[in-house]
Amino acid sequence: MASNPITNTWTLTKIRVRLAMRNRTFLFFSLIMPLGFLFFFVLVFSKGSTGWIAYILGAVLTLTVMGSFWGLSVQLVMFREAGILRRFRLAPLGAGPMLASSIVANYLLVVPSVIIEILACKWALHMPGWGNLWAVFLLITVGSAAFSAFGLIVASVTNTMQETQVINQLIWTGFLFLSGASVPLAIFPHWIQRAALFMPATYLANGLEAATTNASTPTEVLTDFVALTLGLLVAFEISRRLFRWEPEAKFPNSAKLWALAALVPFVVFGIYENVAGNRLERIQHNFRSLSNREAPPPPSDVH
Amino acid sequence: MPEPIIAVEGLFKSYGAVEAVRGLSFSVQEGEVFGLLGPNGAGKTTTVEILEGMRTPDRGTARVCGLDPEKAGSEFKQKIGAVLQSTSLPDKLRVKEALDLFANFYTSRADTESLLKRFQLEEKRDAFYSQLSGGQKQRLALAMALVNNPQVVFLDEPTAGLDPQVRREIYDIIEELRKDKKTVLITTHYIEEAERLCDRVAIVDYGRIIKTGSPRELKHSSAGTTRIEVRLARPLTNGVLSTLEGVADCRDFEGTYILHSTLPPRTIVALVKQLEAENNELQSLEMFSPSLEDVFIELTGRRLRD
Repeated sequence: MASNPITNTWTLTKIRVRLAMRNRTFLFFSLIMPLGFLFFFVLVFSKGSTGWIAYILGAVLTLTVMGSFWGLSVQLVMFREAGILRRFRLAPLGAGPMLASSIVANYLLVVPSVIIEILACKWALHMPGWGNLWAVFLLITVGSAAFSAFGLIVASVTNTMQETQVINQLIWTGFLFLSGASVPLAIFPHWIQRAALFMPATYLANGLEAATTNASTPTEVLTDFVALTLGLLVAFEISRRLFRWEPEAKFPNSAKLWALAALVPFVVFGIYENVAGNRLERIQHNFRSLSNREAPPPPSDVH
Repeated sequence: MPEPIIAVEGLFKSYGAVEAVRGLSFSVQEGEVFGLLGPNGAGKTTTVEILEGMRTPDRGTARVCGLDPEKAGSEFKQKIGAVLQSTSLPDKLRVKEALDLFANFYTSRADTESLLKRFQLEEKRDAFYSQLSGGQKQRLALAMALVNNPQVVFLDEPTAGLDPQVRREIYDIIEELRKDKKTVLITTHYIEEAERLCDRVAIVDYGRIIKTGSPRELKHSSAGTTRIEVRLARPLTNGVLSTLEGVADCRDFEGTYILHSTLPPRTIVALVKQLEAENNELQSLEMFSPSLEDVFIELTGRRLRD
């Protein structure tokens, strides 16, 4: 009788969550740091107005979810280098459960942070309204999974932990500054805004901003949801194909180009948004609305 | 004779220009403890990893439990257990968690509490992997190899790097496996291990099997010679020792002369006379009954640790 991949994924997920909870560095980066960002952004940008809190919450949720890009995906590189993965390889366990457990465990670790951040905004920072929590939930779920999967691709194509850190840092910098998660996209030159439409992080940041600031419904953030879901599916399949158990199984540089295939859905969506979409207008409109008044714009205003 | 549970035929494996395995063939019967004995780099680990389904041979066939290790996938992995030569576990994984985690992957599961007791890990059940000593880690690795009640157990250098006391503990455990009628394939470069644990041994060198048999058969095939190890004050002229009475073979290993003699007392008398004649002195002299090491030296001209 063959072993069940779903049971194996769940078994691995439980142990990986447990291992993460025993890692203080991981807890700091996944729980403490996003909260630190929240209070820092509120201090710097809100100017005493509660109208900005929902906008800042959207940005901080984006940062928290994007953290899945590092999380347990990078841990797989460490496991491979230490020869831990080869012990798992002896068990009746394919690459799928090992990779899927990274995604599910990341998600289970992100959810408590997200809940704490939302409650902190509501009760400690007096955020008016809750936004649309269904849309937030959907985007958090698919966003965490997608960014975990992007991390898995990097983990699959890099040969050493050092290489992983360098490549992740480069990609992360782009995600961080060009998506609207840390700096509002609306204040950048128009060509940068157009380029940002090709980035996965932009869809997450923009969707969450709409869900928290304007209480956009799941239907209204459908484009963001679909873009992230397609990104997740493509990235997961690529990482599954490129996955390596052995530390000495190095990748030729040419094979690393495969990783770029994960960007295909975002290239398609980027072209669509640049040619026919009105996402940039909505982003600018939302930002202007917030800048011009204390309270966030009403839900029907955009999206 | 029943079908062998492990059958290897004409196995070849290269890494770039290095030929690790060059036409290896052997078979193992169910319930047998079979050893691959050879120095580092002989191709033992590559062979075992092919049999575990972790490496693809360039040529030849390998079958374990009637299955092709490379292609049979999950069904094959359910039937085997293994201790790898180089592996690890996450530092913050507890001993009992590790056993339960791996047991969960299999359809047939051993009682992990019993394994903890059997491998003397009960007191360490809640210890992190990073807190275990080398011997405890190896006992855990052995316990993990048995979580699925495997038909065949592969042990790749299970005592390498361990101190003699821990090594003997591991020997006791492997002897228990033999009593349980498990089929065990063990690789080692320790003579004592092969002699004590294996029903049959294949001596491997440079990717080839040079002789196979039970330890007793192999030792008897060593011309029944006694090994005499001699250190002298000054080196002797080349070839003189091999002309002494009873000497079947003589080799110089970094200043230690190893003589294989069929008539040890006469050889020693002749040696003393020769030294007196050359005004040389004996620094040390040790005698050993024939061992697998002697067989290896006879066959390869090298010591196992070379």
